[in-house]
Amino acid sequence: MKNKKRIVMDAEGIDRSLTRIAYEILEKNKGLNDLVLIGIRTGGVYLANRLREKIAAIEGVEVPMGILDITLYRDDLSRIDRKPRIGKTEIAFSLDNLKVVLVDDVLFTGRTIRAAMDALIDFGRPRLIQLAVLIDRGHRELPIRADFVGKNLPSSLWEDVSVNLTEKHGADEVVIEPEAGE
Amino acid sequence: MRWERKDMLGIRDLSREEILLILDTADSFIEISTREIKKVPTLRGKTVVNLFYEASTRTRTSFEIAGKRLSADTINISSTTSSVVKGETLIDTARNLEAMNPDVIVIRHSAAGAPHMLAALVKPPVINAGDGAHEHPTQALLDMMTIRSKKGRLENLRIAIVGDIAHSRVARSNIHGLKTMGAQVVVAGPATMLPRDMALMGVEVHSSLEKALTGADVVMMLRIQIERQQQNFFPSLREYARRFCLNGRNIGLAKEDVLVMHPGPINRGVEIAPEIADGPFSVILDQVTNGVAVRMALLYLLTGGRGF
Repeated sequence: MKNKKRIVMDAEGIDRSLTRIAYEILEKNKGLNDLVLIGIRTGGVYLANRLREKIAAIEGVEVPMGILDITLYRDDLSRIDRKPRIGKTEIAFSLDNLKVVLVDDVLFTGRTIRAAMDALIDFGRPRLIQLAVLIDRGHRELPIRADFVGKNLPSSLWEDVSVNLTEKHGADEVVIEPEAGE
Repeated sequence: MRWERKDMLGIRDLSREEILLILDTADSFIEISTREIKKVPTLRGKTVVNLFYEASTRTRTSFEIAGKRLSADTINISSTTSSVVKGETLIDTARNLEAMNPDVIVIRHSAAGAPHMLAALVKPPVINAGDGAHEHPTQALLDMMTIRSKKGRLENLRIAIVGDIAHSRVARSNIHGLKTMGAQVVVAGPATMLPRDMALMGVEVHSSLEKALTGADVVMMLRIQIERQQQNFFPSLREYARRFCLNGRNIGLAKEDVLVMHPGPINRGVEIAPEIADGPFSVILDQVTNGVAVRMALLYLLTGGRGF
């Protein structure tokens, strides 16, 4: 059954995980003081938005949010032939002395997060950076670990893990399937 | 849509999709110039050579800043301070530059087609920064970016280009680009400065400023090259200004929310009155800001990996 598409998390599962992560963020940071959420394009932006709504529902306060496109900080740009499209980065405030929670959908090799941290430092000197992800699928290539994880999903390197979200894909689900073209 | 070209030689060759890709990429680059640390590491270790055989401040500086904000090393070579004065040919200069392994060559030359010849000769991507009276693609791209960001679109806008159309590479590149993007282009200038076959390019031709201005969404005033006055294209600067200077009176013929553009450097009181150049309709300085973003976008798109 390994070569078939499997749904490993449904809409309710995603929602419960995000609720728990929202509480964990509040607990670990002892409230909302100086806290900001930064979503990594594109999946992380939708998740950061939802975490922001959940935090607002719990605490009655909207935390500031920013959007980060990490393309210009990738470590493989000089190796690929055709350049990826660049999205807009929207961080309208200095990150000096703020507690930044970086949000992404899937944590895999860790290279995206490395690039994201480099980018964040260009917007000031945050007091700390934490990482929240919906899925941790393992296979790290850099010494990076998430502070908040929705689900640990052991996967093989020959599988694709996708987080589909209503905002972009019409439905909430996490899917694991054999790599395209295999 | 992915970028497939090695070089950026002219707007005429570009499809609508390619222009949109450049403009969208440039829109994303705008933000970098507003940061406190105006630099991203994207082109670290790459070398951009600016080879300028004609005087330029704006375009050369703009390419230099664009390269630097992407962390490339930029080197400027201008004809007056290089071996060109010792009689070296363009081909020899290019071969020698290539031997130093640059990753992009930006060239401005008074001869039309010089960038094309260079591009066929050398391995790195070549960007045309203006060749004779032929094309100035990065200027047209920054103009289209400016119009799109202010008006939200390019389609069906009435755009008047006024001045020495015949000798203007800015006009030529803009006409190609704007037509491709679905805008309506109107040109005006003294009859001696209008190319004969202009209507073949699908533009409306007038010899009066007022007719071109009427109902315009955008007015692009071209610089009168004062050095051309000796060639008797017009009787005197005063006469030119009397008929073709954009001023507080004739601007009223254009739409209420008209944009006034100029590629610079401006001759105050010749093609544009100071109160218009500095007035509320003017987006001349936005053009300069957007120029850096457009050039960053091209440097990003053209510097591929293993080459083409």
